[in-house]
Amino acid sequence: MNNLTYWKNGLKDGIPIALGYFAVSFSFGILAGNYGLSPFQAVFMSATNYTSAGQFAALGLIANSAGYIEMAVAQSIINLRYFLMSCSLSQKIDTDKAFFHRFLLAAGITDEIFAVSVCKKGRLHPFYNYGLMNMAMPGWALGTLAGIVSGSILPERIVSALSIALYAMFIAVIIPPAKGDRILAGIILLSILVSLLFAYIPVINKISLGFKIIILTILIAGGAAFLFPVSGDRDEE
Amino acid sequence: MRNNVYVYILIMAAVTYLIRLAPLILFRKEIKSIYIKSFLYYVPYVTLAVMTFPAILSATENIWSGLTGFIVSLILAYRGQSLFRVAMLACLSVFLVELII
Repeated sequence: MNNLTYWKNGLKDGIPIALGYFAVSFSFGILAGNYGLSPFQAVFMSATNYTSAGQFAALGLIANSAGYIEMAVAQSIINLRYFLMSCSLSQKIDTDKAFFHRFLLAAGITDEIFAVSVCKKGRLHPFYNYGLMNMAMPGWALGTLAGIVSGSILPERIVSALSIALYAMFIAVIIPPAKGDRILAGIILLSILVSLLFAYIPVINKISLGFKIIILTILIAGGAAFLFPVSGDRDEE
Repeated sequence: MRNNVYVYILIMAAVTYLIRLAPLILFRKEIKSIYIKSFLYYVPYVTLAVMTFPAILSATENIWSGLTGFIVSLILAYRGQSLFRVAMLACLSVFLVELII
């Protein structure tokens, strides 16, 4: 396959991400407007950040005139999970590809683009990710614009329905490899159960989503790696 | 607002970009340690499972449509449907349930 084919495949797989992004960033746009950001500022933030939790948190910080350092610290904590994702992706990128690709790919490490690209079999082709990014990222910026310009372009029902797209995608990514793999299925089930506990146990449920993801990933993936080390080239099958 | 909104946005963007970039630059060589390799192999499954559940139940207007979307996604994903079809049919199921409830 050549670069163009990879790029086109990425574009296609990026469609559900774009739709899901539109729904999420639509809500972000509405909220940004309520917090007093101008449409240009809101879209500028979306187009330079691509981080839902980080951006939602930023609105509160900006409204409270938080310090610049406070903003930097808050963002690095909320977005630390990207560090883990990036470690995982880094091992998949074709080492023959030019170094500069890594600078471009870094911009597109979001929960969703990570989800779709990390579970691709074999090495990761940069142009596949460019396709994902080219399709998905405009959805994020356009949704923000639509949300802030008018909270009523889309009927509520449509926004609600689209809101599930990203979660459905995550499920479509993790379930097929777990089929017939009891270890993987067990790990997913355990993650879901512990995540549920974290959501309802008092005190623990105050932990932010970003931290929860990091803590559980290190504990569960770390434990699984210890108990069930993956031999050799499982990923390259 | 005392501070400049654009400065905030640029700080956010820079911090977030560096977090994403650092591992791609620092860990370029293939990691040999079986333990770290296995850890990184398991990372996406744990991360995505934790992000999905229970958040999926409160993503939509009510818990019933969220639950329906969750079950529809599980079944379709288990049957090996493409990302696109799973996502679109989950959206459709949410839409239909919300017409009723």
